[in-house]
Parts: sequence; structure tokens; C-alpha cells
Amino acid sequence: MDLQVNGKKYTIDIDPQTPILWVLRDHLKLVGTKYGCGIGQCGACTIHFNGTAVRSCSIPVAAAANVAITTIEGLSEKGDHPVQKAWVDLDVPQCGYCQAGQIMTASALLSQNNKPTEEEIKLGMSGNICRCSTYTKINKAVKQASENL
Amino acid sequence: MHAKDKNQSRRAFLKTSVVGTGGLMLSFNWLSAQTDTWEGKEVRALENVRLSGHIIINADNSVVIYSQNPEIGQNVKTSMPMIIAEELDVDWNQVSVEQADLDTEKFKRQVAGGSQSIRKSWPVLRKAGATVRALLISAAAEQWGVSAIELRTETGYVIGKSGEKLSYGSLAEAAAKQKIPKKVSLKKAKDFSLIGKSVMNVASREIVTGTAKFGIDTQREGMVYARLLHAPGFGQKLVSFDAKQALQIKGVTEVFEIDNKVAIIADSTWTAIKGGEAIKTIWSKPLTSEDSKVQRKTLLDMVNAKGQNAKVNMGNVEQGFKKADQVLERTYEAPFLPHNCMEPMNFFADVTDEKVELYGPIQTPENQRRAVAKLLKRSEDEISLGISRIGGGFGRRLNGDFVLEAALISNKIRKPVQLIYTREDDMTAGVYRPAVTYKFKAGLTDGKISAYDLSGAGINMRNTVRPGTWPQASVPNFKLESQSLESHVTFGYWRAPTSNFLAFAEQTFVDELAEIAKKDPIQFRLESLKQAIDAPFGKVRYEPLRMIGVLKLVAEKSNWETKKKGLYRGVSAYYSHNTYVAEVVEITIVGGQPKIERVVVATDCGIVVNASGAHNQAMGAVVDGIGHAMYGEMPLENGVPQHRNFDTYKALRNSEAPKVETHFVKSQKAPSGLGEPTLPPAAAAFANAMYAATRKRLYSQPFSEQGVVLQ
Repeated sequence: MDLQVNGKKYTIDIDPQTPILWVLRDHLKLVGTKYGCGIGQCGACTIHFNGTAVRSCSIPVAAAANVAITTIEGLSEKGDHPVQKAWVDLDVPQCGYCQAGQIMTASALLSQNNKPTEEEIKLGMSGNICRCSTYTKINKAVKQASENL
Repeated sequence: MHAKDKNQSRRAFLKTSVVGTGGLMLSFNWLSAQTDTWEGKEVRALENVRLSGHIIINADNSVVIYSQNPEIGQNVKTSMPMIIAEELDVDWNQVSVEQADLDTEKFKRQVAGGSQSIRKSWPVLRKAGATVRALLISAAAEQWGVSAIELRTETGYVIGKSGEKLSYGSLAEAAAKQKIPKKVSLKKAKDFSLIGKSVMNVASREIVTGTAKFGIDTQREGMVYARLLHAPGFGQKLVSFDAKQALQIKGVTEVFEIDNKVAIIADSTWTAIKGGEAIKTIWSKPLTSEDSKVQRKTLLDMVNAKGQNAKVNMGNVEQGFKKADQVLERTYEAPFLPHNCMEPMNFFADVTDEKVELYGPIQTPENQRRAVAKLLKRSEDEISLGISRIGGGFGRRLNGDFVLEAALISNKIRKPVQLIYTREDDMTAGVYRPAVTYKFKAGLTDGKISAYDLSGAGINMRNTVRPGTWPQASVPNFKLESQSLESHVTFGYWRAPTSNFLAFAEQTFVDELAEIAKKDPIQFRLESLKQAIDAPFGKVRYEPLRMIGVLKLVAEKSNWETKKKGLYRGVSAYYSHNTYVAEVVEITIVGGQPKIERVVVATDCGIVVNASGAHNQAMGAVVDGIGHAMYGEMPLENGVPQHRNFDTYKALRNSEAPKVETHFVKSQKAPSGLGEPTLPPAAAAFANAMYAATRKRLYSQPFSEQGVVLQ
């Protein structure tokens, strides 16, 4: 089947029930998207589906036909999306494993609501677990990014 | 290897070599044991020591610093190279950092554990940087035909008397030929230009662009994926399995038994996962003894039994209780906890006749190399081990069970293998923080603790108590007892081992004692600490003055003396990992439930190396502590873990995370660790605030089981 990821076209021969997460990681070698729980509970695998944040571990690749997929590798050309910049600026990451998913959730949130309140940020980011508990830094970074959109 | 070390000449201890890029590579020795009497003094140069980290200085004046310890999110990949850069006197912008592989000849200690990375490497890394700086100065002195004493350095340049300068890059090759100085000077703390600043995580850019490579991201030519099915319950044995259906899945190539588990080999992660689901397994009968309810009762019986395995016994506690004005007795219970690192356990192994290659996320690489050598009957010299970036440790990756499994599998199939645990495999595989029960009994005389008896019992815990810490030297009659309940459940260190629950129990118990003594809880603690200074009972094995310091700091920063209507506070103070911490949690009550308004943390960890990293550690550990006290538990039924994934295992979420304000005592003492010590006091400070608000005490975790819901 044909896939469109980060503006590139890929043709792959694969069981259509395979979750997109594993197609991205094992087949397209785009390993920036992370596996955390496999059941859509932790948010580590978050990608964009036509700009909307989805859990790539819980969507079969069959559902991705004619969809523009964006992964962390394709969020910006030079790693300079306002969310990425704010993340670096405020020194958010600790172990860093969940951060790609956090950033993909945050960037989708801001594309739908470019001036979220503190409460909206907290709620919007609550589907993503960070075991290092970088939450308050994440929220500051989303706020900062919203001011620099 | 050790024999070879001894035969090396002293000159060879510092290896210099010109590398391909025209740069200079310098390797350093470790000090055997260096105390912190370093300030502004000359210390012996790199003699009588073993190998340590290394630096590359390139011709273009860029510097590569290798970071020797595993990075699990504790910031050592940034903060350890900062220490070298400070003494080397280079601009941080010149520096790039690389993760070093396991190489105990170059780097003596390569462990992420016990919050010891900075504490143990501090004198060594400073000396390493200072020695290279001295070599560069010596090279410049030779070139200019002047005395080295006339020269100074500044951000990557050696500077002469009249302002002439040479870059480190241009001097690197000549520096390699200089005689190693016998003594080098270390900077005075007041002259630090990098240490103490906020320096961004060196991997930040890679992390935010998805290019940082974690162990799970390992992909090699010809590599296969492996998954392991382990017993559903602890203590169960594999009887048989049927792999017919699994082998019909395209991409599943082999299924076999290995070490009481079933291994599935496949061409991708997903086929390995699906293959595992398609296998029918039969296991021996579950063990009814391995049940949380049964174990909880047994632990309770154990702490109630008297005279068991005393670790400390000073004075006479029974006499003390008889003479006391008041006696308080309380019991505290903690459940098993999984670590739940966001990156599930995984490891790469490639075993061939010639060599064994290991790569992945591990906190204890040296131990694993030794263990794999023993397991596969190979020489350690044939084994290489690379350390990947690590998606969380929390103690889980001190255990190398998955490293051995990957090695065993690759040894059997003779292919490069990436072993991957699913979240379910990871959460149910054990290596849990052991369930533990404490019984405290204390007597108060004239408002002071006059007798103190603590009895702990934990599952597979060699020791449940911490002799030598407060309030040992403050109490005339003092006893600590510890017992272990043997079990099939695998035990592991979990962030701030023992302290993570003991601090909760102790510091909530003390809150009750202060209340009975009709004293302010901070004042009560301060008086007790003063006792340990003025008239200690026995030897004091911590610094009471530093504990007093953090208590006073937290009181000041939280405006402890100023009461505010509707705002309830709890305090807690704890010493662990050579670091002193006091915390105040402030809550309001919204709809009958607590909302944490603020956590104020005061820490004395000596010199703060990286201000931003320090804040991150202190903040993260506090939220971690409160989150697990609120929700964390892994109950067992007939040996079977009752949570398998984050749908039923509750982790603290973003909307519940409190704001954490961190303060550090200004200090010129050598730094200690920060990965763990702010976690232990957090749960007690929260529980004490809850009591202030509701007059209800919390005696067991998780708090959610007792109806507490964070707002």
C-alpha cells in the first residue's frame, strides 16, 4: 500500500492490520516515534493524521491510506518549530523518551487552539505520561510556544 | 586487565595520541580515593591513579568530551562534562559530548545508581580537566620560550603576558608531547564560570527532533526481533507450549524454550508481539502464598513479633517506654511497585564465535559484561558493551535480566537479536520495589523523644531500616529491627531504595509525635537535631547542621510562620544519598479533596553543578514521589500481577502535577547526588498537609485506595 509520511511517498507490502507505529519504526526506520504501551494510554507514539494528534500504536496501517502523516522527524525542517524551540529553551527533557509524543500532542493542540489557557494546556497534555515528571516544564514550554507561533 | 594495569608505566597512565582529524586525544586516570579538600589547593597530578574519561581537542579548537556514565535522565551526560570543561577552561559552546562505551580501563566507574555519579567523579573530572589545561599551558610556554607561570588560560586559549594568545586546538599536538605535571592547580569555587550555571541538556536538540537513539531504536543489518513469554505468576514453571499457530504467522521464524520462558523470533517487533499472543502455554499451578493479601498479613505479624534481628540497639527501649510521659505506636504499609520506565526493557546482542557484542539501555554495564561472560562461558575481553541513551532507569536497569536473556537468545540462534518487552511483559516481569511494613513505637518525655523502636519487615529485603540517620543520635533509647519475608517475587531497587517509603512512614510518625508534644513540627525537628549536635547519643553519622539548614530554608521560602486561611501545610525532612532535603507541601481543599498549590523544596547537595539540571531532578523526583504515593501499587493474586498496562495502572498525569519550587543551600562543599534524595520526603509532606486539612492520617500507600483524589 501507499503511505504519505512527512511529505514523502512510501510503498510497502505489509499486513494491513499492522499498527502504524510499527510500520514507521521497523519498516520506514523512522524511530523517533516511540512505543510506550501499545494501547493508546501513554501517548509516547503520538503522530499527526492530517494535522490531528493520534496514537499510532492503536491505528492499523490500513486506515492511513490517503492520509498525510507527520512524525516528529517531519514536524519542522530544521527542528525549529516553536514547540521544539521552547522545549530546548526551557530545558524540558530528562530521559527524553516520551518527549517526541509530548511535542506532537502539543503542536497539534496549538494548531487547534493557538492561545490555550493553563487549564486547557494541562487537560490537552494529560494523555501523555512522563515518568520523569517533566509536566510543569512541559506546560511552560507549550505556553511559551503559543506566544511565539 | 587488572594485571595489565599494574604493569603499565606511570608515564603510560596518561595516554596521548593524535587522532585522524588532526586532533589530540587525551585519556585520564582515576584517582583511587580523593577527598574534597581541593579548594584552591594544588593537588597531586595524574599519578598513582587509574584511567578515567577522555577528551579530544580538535585543530579547529572544538572539544569532544566523552561522558562515561549511563544517562537515564539524571543529566550526567551534561553535568559530568561540565566539570571537565570548567577546569579545562573552555567555552561550553566549543564542547560536544559523546556517550562512552563500557571501557573500565579508561573509565573506572561506569554506573548510574545511588545518586553517586557526580559525587564520585567530582574530584577526578576536575583533576582531569586541570591536567590537560596544564599540558596546553606547558606547550604554549615552550613555543613562546617563556615560563609557564607567566601564562593563563581563557575559554580555550592560552594567553601570554602581553595578551598574545594561542588556541588549544593549535597547541594540542605539542601538548601531547609535554611532560605530565606532578601537581596541578584547581580553580577556586568563586572562580567557577560554568559550574553553577544553567546548562541545557546536551541531547535536547536530538530529543526534540526525534533523532536521539534509545536502546529500543537499535536496528542492524541481519537483525531479528525477539520477545519472551514469562510465567503469568511468580514461582510458576513452564510445563509445555504449542507454537503451531504462531509459526504460521508470516515473519515468525522460531519459537523455543529458554530459561523457563518461551522465546519468539520474528522479522519485526509487531510479528514478535503477535507471535507471542498466538502461543498456547501451560504453566505449573500458581502459588497461593504469593498473594498480596496473604503477604500483607504475614508482614504485619512479623513486625508485631518482638526481638527480631536488631540492626541497632542502644540504651533500653522498654525501660524508656515505661518512663515516658506518652507512648505512640503506629504501623505503615507499602505495596509492591513496578518501575514502569517509559522505554520498556530491551537489549541488543550479537553472539558469534569470535565475539559478543552487547548494546542497549543499562545502568550497570560492567556487571552485565561480567554476568554474560559467566553465562556464556566467554572471556570478558571478547565482550563489548555499548551504552545507548536510556528511556528512564529508576533502578529497574540496575538489574540486567534482559541483557542476559538477549545474550542467551543470540547465543542460541547465532544471529544479531533485539529483545523487546511489550509493556505488559515489562510491567508483569517483577523486579519490583518490595512491599514493606513498618511498626514505629516512640516515647516522649518532656516533649522530647526518649525511646524509639522501629521494626521493619519487607519482602526479599535484606534490610528495611537505615542505621545512622536521624533520629538515632538524638534519642537515648533506640532500636532498629529488620526482617525479610522470602518470596518468588523478584526484588529490585526503586528510586531512593528503602528511603522511598521509610521516609514517608518516619516523617508522618514524627508529625504525630510533634502534635502530641504540642510543638510546631519544624521546631520539634530542629530541637531534636540540636540534641544530636549538643549532646549526641553515640556517634552521629550525618551532619545535623545541614539538616537544620534545609529546614530553616524551607521554613523561610514557604513562609511557614505566616498562616493563610484555607491553605494547609505539611513538612518533611530527610537525609539520603549524602543529600539533605526539607519539603513543604501546601494544599487547599476543593470539593472535599486536596489540590496541591505548591511544593517548596530546600536541598543541600553541596555545590550545584548544573542549576537547570538540579532543578529538573528535584522537581521531577518530588512529583514522582507524590504520584506513586497517590496511585502506585502492584497487587498480586496467587502470584499474578494484577496490572498489565497503563489502562489499569494509574500514573500521575499532567493535570495533577503540582508546581514545585526548588531552592538550594549555597555551599562550597563537594557536590553529592540529586537523582533520588528529593523523592523520599515528598509523600510525607503531602500526607502531613492532608492531616492539617482533614485531621485524618494516612498510614498506607497508595492514598487513592483510601479515597484521596487529587484535584
